[in-house]
Amino acid sequence: MTLLRVEGLDCRYGLLQAVRAVSFEIAQGEIVALIGANGAGKTTLLRAIAGAHKPLAGRVVFDGVDITRLPAHRRVSLGVALVPEGRRLFPGLTVEENLRVAASRRRGRWTVESVLEVFPLLRPRRQMPAAGLSGGEQQAVAIGRALMCNPRLLLLDEVSLGLAPVVVDAVYRSLAGVISEGATVLLVEQDLTRALKVASRVLCMLEGRIVLEGDSKSLDRDRIVSAYFGLRRAV
Amino acid sequence: MTFVNAVLQGIFLGAFYAVLACGLSIMFGVMRIINLAHGDIAVLGAYVVFFIVEHTGVSAFVAFAVALPVMILLGYVLQLTVLERSLKAGILTPLLATFGLSIVIQNLLQLTFSPDVHSLGSSAGLITTSSWQVTSGLSVSALGMVILVVAVVVFGALQLFLSRTRAGWMMRATAEDADAAELVGIDSRAVYARATAIAVAIAALGGLFLGIRSVFGPLSGPTQLIFAFEAVVIGGMGSLWGTLLGGLALGVAQTLGAQIHPQFAVMAGHLLFLAVLIVRFGGGRVVLRTGR
Repeated sequence: MTLLRVEGLDCRYGLLQAVRAVSFEIAQGEIVALIGANGAGKTTLLRAIAGAHKPLAGRVVFDGVDITRLPAHRRVSLGVALVPEGRRLFPGLTVEENLRVAASRRRGRWTVESVLEVFPLLRPRRQMPAAGLSGGEQQAVAIGRALMCNPRLLLLDEVSLGLAPVVVDAVYRSLAGVISEGATVLLVEQDLTRALKVASRVLCMLEGRIVLEGDSKSLDRDRIVSAYFGLRRAV
Repeated sequence: MTFVNAVLQGIFLGAFYAVLACGLSIMFGVMRIINLAHGDIAVLGAYVVFFIVEHTGVSAFVAFAVALPVMILLGYVLQLTVLERSLKAGILTPLLATFGLSIVIQNLLQLTFSPDVHSLGSSAGLITTSSWQVTSGLSVSALGMVILVVAVVVFGALQLFLSRTRAGWMMRATAEDADAAELVGIDSRAVYARATAIAVAIAALGGLFLGIRSVFGPLSGPTQLIFAFEAVVIGGMGSLWGTLLGGLALGVAQTLGAQIHPQFAVMAGHLLFLAVLIVRFGGGRVVLRTGR
Protein backbone atom coordinates (compact mmCIF):
# COMPACT_ATOMS: atom_id res chain seq x y z
CA MET A 1 0.00 0.00 0.00
CA THR A 2 1.35 3.42 -0.94
CA LEU A 3 1.67 5.73 2.06
CA LEU A 4 3.35 8.70 0.42
CA ARG A 5 3.21 9.78 -3.20
CA VAL A 6 5.08 12.82 -4.46
CA GLU A 7 4.12 14.00 -7.94
CA GLY A 8 6.11 16.46 -10.03
CA LEU A 9 7.26 18.57 -7.08
CA ASP A 10 9.01 21.87 -7.80
CA CYS A 11 10.52 23.97 -5.00
CA ARG A 12 12.27 27.29 -5.24
CA TYR A 13 14.16 29.66 -3.00
CA GLY A 14 13.86 32.91 -4.89
CA LEU A 15 15.70 32.32 -8.15
CA LEU A 16 17.25 29.06 -7.05
CA GLN A 17 15.28 25.98 -8.00
CA ALA A 18 16.11 23.43 -5.32
CA VAL A 19 13.77 20.62 -6.33
CA ARG A 20 12.83 19.93 -9.96
CA ALA A 21 9.88 17.76 -10.99
CA VAL A 22 10.49 15.11 -8.34
CA SER A 23 8.14 12.13 -8.26
CA PHE A 24 8.35 8.99 -6.15
CA GLU A 25 6.31 6.72 -3.91
CA ILE A 26 6.91 5.14 -0.54
CA ALA A 27 4.98 2.08 0.57
CA GLN A 28 3.78 1.49 4.11
CA GLY A 29 6.57 0.02 6.25
CA GLU A 30 9.37 0.90 3.84
CA ILE A 31 12.68 2.43 4.90
CA VAL A 32 13.95 4.71 2.13
CA ALA A 33 17.23 6.59 2.12
CA LEU A 34 17.55 9.87 0.26
CA ILE A 35 21.17 10.50 -0.69
CA GLY A 36 23.04 13.07 -2.71
CA ALA A 37 25.70 15.73 -2.46
CA ASN A 38 25.28 18.95 -0.48
CA GLY A 39 22.84 21.26 -2.21
CA ALA A 40 21.15 18.47 -4.16
CA GLY A 41 17.75 19.43 -2.70
CA LYS A 42 17.30 16.69 -0.11
CA THR A 43 16.47 18.94 2.82
CA THR A 44 14.11 21.07 0.73
CA LEU A 45 12.31 17.95 -0.46
CA LEU A 46 11.82 16.70 3.12
CA ARG A 47 10.66 20.14 4.26
CA ALA A 48 8.17 20.29 1.40
CA ILE A 49 6.77 16.89 2.40
CA ALA A 50 6.50 18.03 6.03
CA GLY A 51 4.85 21.31 5.03
CA ALA A 52 7.64 23.66 6.11
CA HIS A 53 8.34 24.73 2.54
CA LYS A 54 5.62 25.70 0.06
CA PRO A 55 6.23 24.00 -3.28
CA LEU A 56 5.79 25.92 -6.51
CA ALA A 57 4.12 23.05 -8.31
CA GLY A 58 3.31 19.39 -7.86
CA ARG A 59 1.42 17.38 -5.27
CA VAL A 60 2.13 15.56 -2.03
CA VAL A 61 -0.36 12.78 -1.36
CA PHE A 62 -0.33 11.09 2.02
CA ASP A 63 -2.41 7.98 2.54
CA GLY A 64 -4.61 8.94 -0.42
CA VAL A 65 -5.19 12.50 0.81
CA ASP A 66 -3.74 15.49 -1.04
CA ILE A 67 -1.87 17.41 1.67
CA THR A 68 -0.04 19.87 -0.61
CA ARG A 69 -1.94 22.87 0.76
CA LEU A 70 -2.06 21.81 4.43
CA PRO A 71 0.09 23.76 6.92
CA ALA A 72 2.80 21.78 8.71
CA HIS A 73 0.95 21.42 12.01
CA ARG A 74 -2.05 19.83 10.29
CA ARG A 75 0.24 17.30 8.59
CA VAL A 76 1.64 16.38 11.99
CA SER A 77 -1.85 15.55 13.19
CA LEU A 78 -2.21 13.25 10.16
CA GLY A 79 1.01 11.50 11.14
CA VAL A 80 3.83 13.13 9.15
CA ALA A 81 6.76 14.04 11.42
CA LEU A 82 10.09 15.61 10.48
CA VAL A 83 13.28 15.55 12.52
CA PRO A 84 14.72 18.73 11.04
CA GLU A 85 18.30 19.35 10.06
CA GLY A 86 20.23 20.86 12.97
CA ARG A 87 17.73 19.34 15.45
CA ARG A 88 15.93 22.64 16.12
CA LEU A 89 15.04 21.86 19.75
CA PHE A 90 13.36 24.47 21.92
CA PRO A 91 16.47 25.43 23.91
CA GLY A 92 14.68 27.03 26.86
CA LEU A 93 12.31 24.11 27.41
CA THR A 94 13.37 21.09 29.45
CA VAL A 95 13.76 17.70 27.80
CA GLU A 96 10.41 16.62 29.14
CA GLU A 97 8.69 19.84 28.01
CA ASN A 98 10.24 19.43 24.55
CA LEU A 99 8.67 15.99 24.35
CA ARG A 100 5.32 16.79 25.92
CA VAL A 101 4.72 19.92 23.86
CA ALA A 102 4.85 17.68 20.79
CA ALA A 103 2.32 15.14 22.05
CA SER A 104 -0.70 15.06 19.76
CA ARG A 105 -4.18 13.66 19.83
CA ARG A 106 -2.89 10.68 17.85
CA ARG A 107 -2.68 7.93 20.44
CA GLY A 108 -0.24 5.10 19.98
CA ARG A 109 2.88 3.47 21.22
CA TRP A 110 4.85 6.63 21.89
CA THR A 111 4.61 8.50 25.18
CA VAL A 112 7.21 10.34 27.24
CA GLU A 113 7.86 7.07 29.09
CA SER A 114 8.30 4.90 26.00
CA VAL A 115 10.55 7.50 24.36
CA LEU A 116 12.74 7.51 27.48
CA GLU A 117 12.86 3.71 27.30
CA VAL A 118 14.27 3.84 23.77
CA PHE A 119 16.64 6.69 24.66
CA PRO A 120 17.67 5.83 28.24
CA LEU A 121 20.46 8.43 28.08
CA LEU A 122 17.77 11.11 28.36
CA ARG A 123 16.32 9.84 31.63
CA PRO A 124 18.74 11.69 33.93
CA ARG A 125 18.40 14.80 31.75
CA ARG A 126 14.62 14.94 31.94
CA GLN A 127 14.34 18.23 33.85
CA MET A 128 17.31 19.92 32.17
CA PRO A 129 16.91 22.67 29.54
CA ALA A 130 17.58 21.28 26.08
CA ALA A 131 20.25 23.93 25.52
CA GLY A 132 22.54 22.19 28.03
CA LEU A 133 22.53 18.79 26.33
CA SER A 134 25.34 17.22 24.31
CA GLY A 135 24.90 16.81 20.56
CA GLY A 136 23.93 13.16 20.81
CA GLU A 137 21.44 13.83 23.58
CA GLN A 138 19.94 16.69 21.58
CA GLN A 139 19.53 14.41 18.58
CA ALA A 140 17.81 11.83 20.75
CA VAL A 141 15.39 14.50 21.99
CA ALA A 142 14.76 15.64 18.40
CA ILE A 143 13.90 12.09 17.32
CA GLY A 144 11.86 11.47 20.46
CA ARG A 145 9.98 14.73 19.92
CA ALA A 146 9.05 13.64 16.39
CA LEU A 147 7.90 10.25 17.71
CA MET A 148 5.58 11.89 20.26
CA CYS A 149 2.96 12.46 17.57
CA ASN A 150 3.00 8.72 16.82
CA PRO A 151 3.92 9.31 13.20
CA ARG A 152 3.01 7.00 10.35
CA LEU A 153 5.76 8.56 8.26
CA LEU A 154 8.98 9.65 9.92
CA LEU A 155 11.24 12.02 7.97
CA LEU A 156 14.81 12.15 9.29
CA ASP A 157 17.12 14.88 8.03
CA GLU A 158 20.81 14.08 8.63
CA VAL A 159 20.50 12.76 12.14
CA SER A 160 24.24 12.07 12.18
CA LEU A 161 25.31 15.61 11.30
CA GLY A 162 27.90 17.00 13.71
CA LEU A 163 27.94 13.94 15.96
CA ALA A 164 30.90 11.75 16.91
CA PRO A 165 30.89 8.36 15.13
CA VAL A 166 30.28 6.50 18.42
CA VAL A 167 27.25 8.70 19.08
CA VAL A 168 25.95 8.18 15.55
CA ASP A 169 26.14 4.42 16.15
CA ALA A 170 24.11 4.83 19.34
CA VAL A 171 21.50 7.00 17.59
CA TYR A 172 21.13 4.43 14.79
CA ARG A 173 20.90 1.55 17.29
CA SER A 174 17.96 3.35 18.92
CA LEU A 175 16.48 4.07 15.50
CA ALA A 176 16.59 0.36 14.70
CA GLY A 177 14.26 -0.12 17.65
CA VAL A 178 11.92 2.55 16.28
CA ILE A 179 12.02 1.04 12.80
CA SER A 180 11.27 -2.44 14.06
CA GLU A 181 7.99 -1.05 15.41
CA GLY A 182 6.84 -0.88 11.80
CA ALA A 183 7.32 2.81 11.06
CA THR A 184 7.70 4.10 7.54
CA VAL A 185 10.88 6.16 7.27
CA LEU A 186 12.40 8.50 4.70
CA LEU A 187 15.88 9.50 5.81
CA VAL A 188 18.58 11.76 4.49
CA GLU A 189 22.05 10.42 5.21
CA GLN A 190 25.47 11.57 4.03
CA ASP A 191 27.19 8.33 4.97
CA LEU A 192 26.51 6.04 2.01
CA THR A 193 27.46 2.79 3.76
CA ARG A 194 25.15 3.56 6.64
CA ALA A 195 22.31 4.57 4.31
CA LEU A 196 22.59 1.32 2.36
CA LYS A 197 22.65 -0.70 5.56
CA VAL A 198 19.57 0.88 7.14
CA ALA A 199 17.36 1.42 4.09
CA SER A 200 15.72 -1.09 1.81
CA ARG A 201 15.55 1.39 -1.05
CA VAL A 202 17.66 4.34 -2.11
CA LEU A 203 16.77 7.55 -3.92
CA CYS A 204 19.73 9.57 -5.18
CA MET A 205 19.31 13.26 -5.90
CA LEU A 206 21.49 15.48 -8.05
CA GLU A 207 20.81 19.15 -8.70
CA GLY A 208 17.18 18.89 -7.64
CA ARG A 209 16.29 15.74 -9.56
CA ILE A 210 16.12 12.09 -8.63
CA VAL A 211 18.78 10.53 -10.87
CA LEU A 212 18.90 7.03 -9.45
CA GLU A 213 16.37 4.90 -7.63
CA GLY A 214 16.66 1.29 -6.64
CA ASP A 215 16.86 -1.51 -4.14
CA SER A 216 19.76 -0.94 -1.76
CA LYS A 217 20.87 -4.58 -2.13
CA SER A 218 20.87 -4.68 -5.91
CA LEU A 219 22.41 -1.27 -6.66
CA ASP A 220 26.14 -1.44 -7.14
CA ARG A 221 28.26 1.11 -5.41
CA ASP A 222 29.92 2.52 -8.52
CA ARG A 223 26.58 3.42 -10.05
CA ILE A 224 25.51 5.15 -6.85
CA VAL A 225 28.77 7.07 -6.58
CA SER A 226 28.57 8.29 -10.18
CA ALA A 227 24.91 9.30 -9.74
CA TYR A 228 25.84 11.00 -6.46
CA PHE A 229 28.46 13.21 -8.06
CA GLY A 230 26.87 13.39 -11.51
CA LEU A 231 29.83 11.71 -13.21
CA ARG A 232 27.62 10.07 -15.82
CA ARG A 233 24.73 12.38 -16.51
CA ALA A 234 23.03 9.80 -18.79
CA VAL A 235 22.15 7.44 -15.89
CA MET B 1 11.79 58.64 56.37
CA THR B 2 10.98 60.66 53.27
CA PHE B 3 13.45 58.47 51.39
CA VAL B 4 11.74 55.25 52.55
CA ASN B 5 8.37 56.75 51.70
CA ALA B 6 9.61 57.76 48.24
CA VAL B 7 10.83 54.22 47.58
CA LEU B 8 7.52 52.77 48.77
CA GLN B 9 5.48 55.13 46.59
CA GLY B 10 7.87 54.32 43.75
CA ILE B 11 7.12 50.62 44.14
CA PHE B 12 3.38 51.33 43.93
CA LEU B 13 3.89 53.50 40.85
CA GLY B 14 6.24 50.88 39.39
CA ALA B 15 3.66 48.13 39.83
CA PHE B 16 1.35 50.20 37.63
CA TYR B 17 4.10 50.56 35.01
CA ALA B 18 4.75 46.82 35.19
CA VAL B 19 1.09 46.06 34.42
CA LEU B 20 1.25 48.48 31.49
CA ALA B 21 4.47 46.89 30.26
CA CYS B 22 3.39 43.27 30.67
CA GLY B 23 1.51 42.98 27.39
CA LEU B 24 4.23 44.81 25.50
CA SER B 25 6.74 42.32 26.88
CA ILE B 26 4.59 39.32 25.91
CA MET B 27 4.13 40.48 22.34
CA PHE B 28 7.82 41.22 21.99
CA GLY B 29 8.83 37.93 23.62
CA VAL B 30 6.51 35.69 21.61
CA MET B 31 6.29 37.41 18.22
CA ARG B 32 9.13 39.96 18.22
CA ILE B 33 6.50 42.62 17.59
CA ILE B 34 7.09 46.02 19.16
CA ASN B 35 3.51 47.17 19.51
CA LEU B 36 3.55 50.94 19.19
CA ALA B 37 -0.22 50.98 19.73
CA HIS B 38 0.11 49.33 23.15
CA GLY B 39 -0.44 52.54 25.10
CA ASP B 40 -3.43 53.45 22.97
CA ILE B 41 -4.90 49.98 23.48
CA ALA B 42 -4.58 50.52 27.24
CA VAL B 43 -6.35 53.88 26.90
CA LEU B 44 -8.99 52.24 24.69
CA GLY B 45 -9.53 49.75 27.54
CA ALA B 46 -10.01 52.66 29.94
CA TYR B 47 -12.57 54.18 27.57
CA VAL B 48 -14.49 50.90 27.26
CA VAL B 49 -14.67 50.74 31.07
CA PHE B 50 -15.67 54.44 31.18
CA PHE B 51 -18.40 53.84 28.58
CA ILE B 52 -19.88 50.97 30.60
CA VAL B 53 -19.71 53.00 33.84
CA GLU B 54 -21.42 55.98 32.20
CA HIS B 55 -24.26 53.90 30.79
CA THR B 56 -24.93 51.56 33.69
CA GLY B 57 -23.54 53.28 36.75
CA VAL B 58 -21.75 50.17 38.00
CA SER B 59 -18.37 50.36 39.70
CA ALA B 60 -15.27 50.56 37.51
CA PHE B 61 -14.19 47.07 38.61
CA VAL B 62 -17.50 45.50 37.58
CA ALA B 63 -17.32 47.39 34.29
CA PHE B 64 -13.80 46.03 33.74
CA ALA B 65 -15.07 42.46 34.16
CA VAL B 66 -17.57 43.19 31.38
CA ALA B 67 -14.94 44.91 29.22
CA LEU B 68 -12.42 42.08 29.57
CA PRO B 69 -14.06 39.62 27.10
CA VAL B 70 -14.46 42.48 24.61
CA MET B 71 -10.75 43.30 24.87
CA ILE B 72 -9.72 39.62 24.59
CA LEU B 73 -11.80 39.31 21.43
CA LEU B 74 -10.26 42.52 20.12
CA GLY B 75 -6.80 41.00 20.69
CA TYR B 76 -7.67 37.90 18.66
CA VAL B 77 -9.12 39.96 15.82
CA LEU B 78 -6.17 42.37 15.86
CA GLN B 79 -3.70 39.50 15.50
CA LEU B 80 -5.61 37.55 12.87
CA THR B 81 -6.37 40.57 10.69
CA VAL B 82 -3.63 43.20 11.04
CA LEU B 83 -0.60 41.78 12.82
CA GLU B 84 -0.43 38.34 11.24
CA ARG B 85 -0.48 39.82 7.76
CA SER B 86 2.11 42.45 8.63
CA LEU B 87 4.41 39.84 10.25
CA LYS B 88 4.63 38.03 6.91
CA ALA B 89 6.14 41.12 5.34
CA GLY B 90 9.24 41.23 7.56
CA ILE B 91 10.11 42.67 10.95
CA LEU B 92 9.72 46.35 10.08
CA THR B 93 6.15 46.14 8.83
CA PRO B 94 4.50 45.32 12.21
CA LEU B 95 6.24 48.40 13.63
CA LEU B 96 4.69 50.58 10.93
CA ALA B 97 1.33 48.82 11.16
CA THR B 98 1.08 49.35 14.93
CA PHE B 99 2.22 52.96 14.52
CA GLY B 100 -0.69 53.46 12.12
CA LEU B 101 -3.02 51.59 14.46
CA SER B 102 -1.99 53.95 17.25
CA ILE B 103 -3.06 56.98 15.21
CA VAL B 104 -6.31 55.29 14.18
CA ILE B 105 -7.21 54.51 17.81
CA GLN B 106 -6.39 58.05 18.96
CA ASN B 107 -8.56 59.61 16.25
CA LEU B 108 -11.44 57.19 16.78
CA LEU B 109 -11.40 57.98 20.52
CA GLN B 110 -11.33 61.71 19.80
CA LEU B 111 -14.27 61.38 17.40
CA THR B 112 -16.33 59.22 19.70
CA PHE B 113 -15.57 60.69 23.13
CA SER B 114 -14.37 64.26 22.36
CA PRO B 115 -10.90 65.48 23.40
CA ASP B 116 -12.02 65.97 27.04
CA VAL B 117 -10.20 64.06 29.74
CA HIS B 118 -12.01 61.60 31.98
CA SER B 119 -11.30 59.72 35.17
CA LEU B 120 -12.54 56.45 36.61
CA GLY B 121 -11.56 57.51 40.14
CA SER B 122 -15.06 58.51 41.17
CA SER B 123 -16.51 55.15 40.15
CA ALA B 124 -13.88 53.00 41.87
CA GLY B 125 -15.30 53.50 45.36
CA LEU B 126 -13.42 54.04 48.62
CA ILE B 127 -10.27 52.47 47.26
CA THR B 128 -9.11 55.71 45.66
CA THR B 129 -9.16 57.69 48.88
CA SER B 130 -8.32 55.17 51.62
CA SER B 131 -4.84 54.95 53.03
CA TRP B 132 -3.03 53.78 56.14
CA GLN B 133 -0.77 56.17 57.96
CA VAL B 134 2.03 53.85 59.13
CA THR B 135 4.17 56.55 60.73
CA SER B 136 4.12 60.29 60.32
CA GLY B 137 6.21 60.23 57.15
CA LEU B 138 5.02 56.92 55.71
CA SER B 139 1.60 56.26 54.26
CA VAL B 140 0.30 53.30 52.30
CA SER B 141 -2.54 54.01 49.89
CA ALA B 142 -5.15 51.33 49.36
CA LEU B 143 -5.03 51.84 45.60
CA GLY B 144 -1.25 51.43 45.55
CA MET B 145 -1.52 48.17 47.49
CA VAL B 146 -4.27 46.88 45.18
CA ILE B 147 -2.22 47.65 42.06
CA LEU B 148 0.90 46.04 43.56
CA VAL B 149 -0.97 42.88 44.57
CA VAL B 150 -2.73 42.66 41.19
CA ALA B 151 0.60 43.13 39.38
CA VAL B 152 2.24 40.32 41.35
CA VAL B 153 -0.79 38.07 40.78
CA VAL B 154 -0.83 38.81 37.02
CA PHE B 155 2.89 38.12 36.62
CA GLY B 156 2.69 35.04 38.85
CA ALA B 157 -0.26 33.66 36.93
CA LEU B 158 1.52 34.21 33.63
CA GLN B 159 4.61 32.50 35.00
CA LEU B 160 2.53 29.49 36.08
CA PHE B 161 0.76 29.44 32.72
CA LEU B 162 4.07 29.43 30.83
CA SER B 163 5.84 26.87 32.99
CA ARG B 164 3.06 24.46 33.99
CA THR B 165 0.46 24.26 31.23
CA ARG B 166 0.74 22.71 27.81
CA ALA B 167 -0.60 25.89 26.19
CA GLY B 168 2.22 27.73 27.98
CA TRP B 169 4.87 25.31 26.67
CA MET B 170 3.39 25.76 23.21
CA MET B 171 3.76 29.52 23.60
CA ARG B 172 7.38 29.25 24.73
CA ALA B 173 8.19 26.75 21.97
CA THR B 174 6.65 29.02 19.33
CA ALA B 175 8.50 32.02 20.75
CA GLU B 176 11.81 30.17 20.50
CA ASP B 177 11.33 28.65 17.04
CA ALA B 178 8.00 29.10 15.27
CA ASP B 179 9.07 27.01 12.28
CA ALA B 180 10.10 24.04 14.44
CA ALA B 181 6.93 24.46 16.51
CA GLU B 182 4.82 24.01 13.38
CA LEU B 183 6.79 20.81 12.66
CA VAL B 184 5.79 19.29 15.99
CA GLY B 185 2.14 20.07 15.39
CA ILE B 186 1.73 23.47 17.04
CA ASP B 187 -0.59 25.89 15.23
CA SER B 188 1.60 29.01 15.46
CA ARG B 189 -1.21 31.27 14.21
CA ALA B 190 -3.43 30.22 17.09
CA VAL B 191 -0.59 30.65 19.59
CA TYR B 192 0.16 34.14 18.29
CA ALA B 193 -3.51 35.11 18.46
CA ARG B 194 -3.69 33.82 22.05
CA ALA B 195 -0.56 35.81 23.00
CA THR B 196 -2.00 39.02 21.55
CA ALA B 197 -5.33 38.43 23.27
CA ILE B 198 -3.55 38.06 26.64
CA ALA B 199 -1.45 41.16 25.93
CA VAL B 200 -4.47 43.28 25.03
CA ALA B 201 -6.39 42.07 28.09
CA ILE B 202 -3.54 43.04 30.43
CA ALA B 203 -3.14 46.38 28.59
CA ALA B 204 -6.81 47.04 29.36
CA LEU B 205 -6.07 46.29 33.03
CA GLY B 206 -3.32 48.89 32.84
CA GLY B 207 -5.86 51.27 31.30
CA LEU B 208 -8.24 50.64 34.21
CA PHE B 209 -5.51 51.51 36.72
CA LEU B 210 -4.55 54.58 34.69
CA GLY B 211 -8.15 55.77 34.79
CA ILE B 212 -8.48 55.19 38.54
CA ARG B 213 -5.11 56.75 39.49
CA SER B 214 -5.46 59.84 37.31
CA VAL B 215 -7.09 61.14 34.17
CA PHE B 216 -6.93 59.99 30.58
CA GLY B 217 -7.80 61.48 27.20
CA PRO B 218 -7.71 60.22 23.61
CA LEU B 219 -4.03 61.16 23.33
CA SER B 220 -2.80 59.63 26.61
CA GLY B 221 -1.56 56.47 24.89
CA PRO B 222 1.94 57.45 23.72
CA THR B 223 3.02 58.59 27.21
CA GLN B 224 1.90 55.26 28.65
CA LEU B 225 3.73 53.48 25.83
CA ILE B 226 6.99 55.24 26.70
CA PHE B 227 6.79 54.21 30.36
CA ALA B 228 5.84 50.65 29.39
CA PHE B 229 8.65 50.51 26.85
CA GLU B 230 11.20 51.77 29.37
CA ALA B 231 10.06 49.16 31.90
CA VAL B 232 10.48 46.39 29.31
CA VAL B 233 13.97 47.53 28.30
CA ILE B 234 15.17 48.13 31.87
CA GLY B 235 14.02 44.61 32.79
CA GLY B 236 15.68 42.90 29.83
CA MET B 237 13.55 42.61 26.71
CA GLY B 238 11.10 39.72 26.61
CA SER B 239 11.73 38.49 30.14
CA LEU B 240 8.60 38.35 32.29
CA TRP B 241 10.00 38.79 35.80
CA GLY B 242 12.47 41.27 34.33
CA THR B 243 9.55 43.38 33.16
CA LEU B 244 8.05 43.42 36.66
CA LEU B 245 11.40 44.43 38.15
CA GLY B 246 11.94 46.94 35.34
CA GLY B 247 8.58 48.55 36.07
CA LEU B 248 9.38 48.76 39.78
CA ALA B 249 12.83 50.21 39.08
CA LEU B 250 11.31 52.85 36.79
CA GLY B 251 8.70 53.78 39.40
CA VAL B 252 11.31 54.09 42.18
CA ALA B 253 13.60 56.14 39.92
CA GLN B 254 10.76 58.56 39.22
CA THR B 255 9.70 59.06 42.84
CA LEU B 256 13.33 59.43 43.95
CA GLY B 257 13.85 61.93 41.15
CA ALA B 258 10.85 63.86 42.42
CA GLN B 259 12.61 64.16 45.78
CA ILE B 260 15.34 66.15 44.07
CA HIS B 261 12.87 68.30 42.20
CA PRO B 262 9.22 67.56 41.29
CA GLN B 263 9.93 68.26 37.62
CA PHE B 264 12.86 65.86 37.63
CA ALA B 265 10.63 62.79 38.24
CA VAL B 266 10.06 61.66 34.65
CA MET B 267 13.59 62.67 33.67
CA ALA B 268 15.06 60.38 36.35
CA GLY B 269 13.16 57.48 34.78
CA HIS B 270 14.52 58.35 31.34
CA LEU B 271 18.07 58.56 32.73
CA LEU B 272 17.76 55.10 34.31
CA PHE B 273 16.50 53.79 30.96
CA LEU B 274 19.44 55.34 29.11
CA ALA B 275 21.93 54.03 31.67
CA VAL B 276 20.56 50.49 31.28
CA LEU B 277 20.71 50.79 27.48
CA ILE B 278 24.34 51.91 27.60
CA VAL B 279 25.42 49.20 30.05
CA ARG B 280 23.46 46.31 28.59
CA PHE B 281 24.00 46.81 24.90
CA GLY B 282 27.75 47.24 25.08
CA GLY B 283 27.66 50.97 24.52
CA GLY B 284 29.37 51.35 27.88
CA ARG B 285 32.48 49.64 26.63
CA VAL B 286 32.56 51.79 23.52
CA VAL B 287 32.20 54.95 25.56
CA LEU B 288 34.92 53.87 27.96
CA ARG B 289 37.31 52.90 25.19
CA THR B 290 36.94 56.13 23.26
CA GLY B 291 37.34 57.99 26.53
CA ARG B 292 40.80 56.54 27.11
